[in-house]
Amino acid sequence: MQPRAVVRFLPDNRRLHLQDGPIDLIIEANGQRDAVRVAYEAAERRFVTILDELCAELPLLRTAVSGDSDGSCSGNPIREGKASAVPKSFGNSGVLTPEVAAVDFRAVHDAGRGLKGAIARRMFEAVSPYAQGCFITPMAAVAGAVSEAVLESMTSAANLQRAYVNNGGDIALHLAAGEGFTIGMVDRPDCPSLFGTTEISSNNPIRGVATSGWRGRSFSLGIADAVTVLANSAAAADAAATVIANAVDVPGHASIVRVRACEISPDSDLGERLVTRGVGELTAQEVEQALDAGAAVAEQLLRQGLIRAAALSLCNTRRIVSPPSDKPGFAAPQRIAQHA
Amino acid sequence: MAEGRMAEGFLENTIRCDACPVLCYIKRGHAGACDRYANIEGQLVRVDPHVLLDRAKSQGTPLVPFLEREGEWDGTLAKSKDTFVTAIGAGTTYPDYKPAPFIVSSEVDGVDMVTVVTEGIFSYCGVKLKIDTDRHLGPERNVVRAQGEPVGHVTTAEYGSQMLSIGGVHHLTGGTKSEGRVTCETLLDLCNGKEVQLTIDEGAALQVAAGKPPVVNGEREERMRVGCGSATIGMFAKQWFGKVDDVVVVDDHITGILSEHQAGKLLGVRETGIAIQGRRSTPGRYFQVANPGTGWGGTDLSDPLKILKPFKEKFAWPNLRLLMVSTTGEHFAYFELDDALRPVEKELPEVLRESVARIRENCEPALTTVLFMAGAGGSLRAGVTENPVKLTDSVKHAFTRVTCGGAPAYIWPGGGITFMVDVSRMPENAFGYVPTPALVAPIEFALKKADYAALGGHMDYIRPLQEVLQSKQRQRQVTSLAGNPWPLQPSKQGGEE
Repeated sequence: MQPRAVVRFLPDNRRLHLQDGPIDLIIEANGQRDAVRVAYEAAERRFVTILDELCAELPLLRTAVSGDSDGSCSGNPIREGKASAVPKSFGNSGVLTPEVAAVDFRAVHDAGRGLKGAIARRMFEAVSPYAQGCFITPMAAVAGAVSEAVLESMTSAANLQRAYVNNGGDIALHLAAGEGFTIGMVDRPDCPSLFGTTEISSNNPIRGVATSGWRGRSFSLGIADAVTVLANSAAAADAAATVIANAVDVPGHASIVRVRACEISPDSDLGERLVTRGVGELTAQEVEQALDAGAAVAEQLLRQGLIRAAALSLCNTRRIVSPPSDKPGFAAPQRIAQHA
Repeated sequence: MAEGRMAEGFLENTIRCDACPVLCYIKRGHAGACDRYANIEGQLVRVDPHVLLDRAKSQGTPLVPFLEREGEWDGTLAKSKDTFVTAIGAGTTYPDYKPAPFIVSSEVDGVDMVTVVTEGIFSYCGVKLKIDTDRHLGPERNVVRAQGEPVGHVTTAEYGSQMLSIGGVHHLTGGTKSEGRVTCETLLDLCNGKEVQLTIDEGAALQVAAGKPPVVNGEREERMRVGCGSATIGMFAKQWFGKVDDVVVVDDHITGILSEHQAGKLLGVRETGIAIQGRRSTPGRYFQVANPGTGWGGTDLSDPLKILKPFKEKFAWPNLRLLMVSTTGEHFAYFELDDALRPVEKELPEVLRESVARIRENCEPALTTVLFMAGAGGSLRAGVTENPVKLTDSVKHAFTRVTCGGAPAYIWPGGGITFMVDVSRMPENAFGYVPTPALVAPIEFALKKADYAALGGHMDYIRPLQEVLQSKQRQRQVTSLAGNPWPLQPSKQGGEE
């Protein structure tokens, strides 16, 4: 079979770009020259089979993960939509009400037992904490899970100072002792500028960063421009960002344009669910209301240890959710113009 | 009934993309999960970032000579007339029989032209390296290695240059996995203008990059030789005459001696009784005066006197002035004979300094140049036409012009579409690879629309240039390199460069 994957260096000759179908990874490793080379080779070797592995189990990955055997979920109106397979994007959205139910992991694991691939199982693990509280499919964590898997192949092949695998904003990080990354955050992909930065150092447990919002590549049920989440792993961050972004909302507001997912993308796993396609004028109060809703979910996930911090952005208003004690969180918003 | 109508509408407006195993359903006006393929008017269209050559001036870049159109380029608009869609980033289609990703029509001087644009995946490909140096890099036919893996060999030397052949199907696919991988990496780097480290069995260690001076055993080669030793005598004999009694131009291939050489004889240079190692070819021209190496004139000499035998007493005289110089002027030494007719090194007199400098001045900068060579005569032709051999014929007869990223390609005569292109004339980072391993290179076929129809082209897939340009956000515009003929300039038939 002719390989589809494209492997090339970006023009800076430092960063590696791997692309296969809808997966686009930007990778950079720092370390000794030979180590970096070995790591890049390992990344490539791991990468080339990933899309086929995922597609082999795509129908199951696009099916809602549920803690209940009958597939219904009380207290969540959106769950009545049909959980049909297939997203627009390869990624997807989950819906979570603030009162996340205690998770029956045994039941959840029964549902995921059918999955074979290591990445598929990682996706499933990442979304299973949300299964009882909302509609979610493993696809909500696909980008982060892929990042993690590729990063792992690199760090197990070579001794690296630091490395990242960025899968369209869902980033897996590796940090040797004493190393750190500065992460810049962007809320509007159409006019990218940093609205804040965050420092991640080797002595805190954060190894995953993910961003979700209706302006991104995947559908969102909420109206957040962007929700950036820091978590222990990229897959966990990915799933959480999706869930929090969905919760940033003013239900029923007239100036929010919502379209049934299947109308845009016939095979979306969101089916008839309404996805956000435009956000008109909102009053300052409505913006606060939407951010409050999202922040409530983020705070709960923080308490449960599912995330380490979150930055929510809507109409130039930002909300930071981070532990009160330590400050691994986000630096004060900076205005650094960055050219696309 | 209602359901039936819905299904009909669904089929009308939706296509299933088979570019990758995700197999997205894509509605009209939308893109698939990858954002690379879209449904435009019911057609599956590739919408990748895509390099357009702009035949206009940009800062510091000389104009393409034949661009003489009214109006300055404002730096933003791609004027369709002067825009050529390259295959860089165009992607490819799979399986091969599917039409190429871009088949673009445009009008050039009143003639409807079609450009078929695709990125070829080449297993049969390699590069020829021309390394401007006389230094001995290694015996002909010896293996060239990168990271210890065999990636090519030393091939026939050219005038003033050593030649290496790197890559090719035997190294890419015929050896070990590691050999294939390293070969592919080496080719990719060389084609994208990056520096590569090579070693030659029983020979030199090299650092080479397209368009840059080669580094041989850690020493940067600054200049090509002015000519072989004999040629150097021929060029400079007149300037030496009267200022020195004899000159030896040391060269691994042909060492020249002024007093014996025809050039010296004609000027009336007196016989000096000089005697030299090696095999005399014709008067004043000697082969194999020493072993090949990286010393004087591509020999292994660091002391040039080693090649001189004792002067013949019958002809030589005390105080005889002798200049020895290499073919680049890089090495030189001046001697005078003592009473026992032994050469004694002295400082180079001012009058000779100039001639040595002249040799240096006449040496062109030494460069490594990289020609990419590949065969496009295989399955990628099916993306152009349903009748592949007709494309080959059309290229042969120069009805179809082949370019690589807009750079002119030389088509090797005979069967197939075996082409060569100077990588330095292509936009940067034009090459990619797939882990097969094989190189991904852009290739464009431009021909008259009528000819395209005649060879069984995918006429239904032709899109007007304006339409391609309108999907602007995913395109990169680069200015055509000075000296490259405009890819769509109607050519006289035959006589391609």
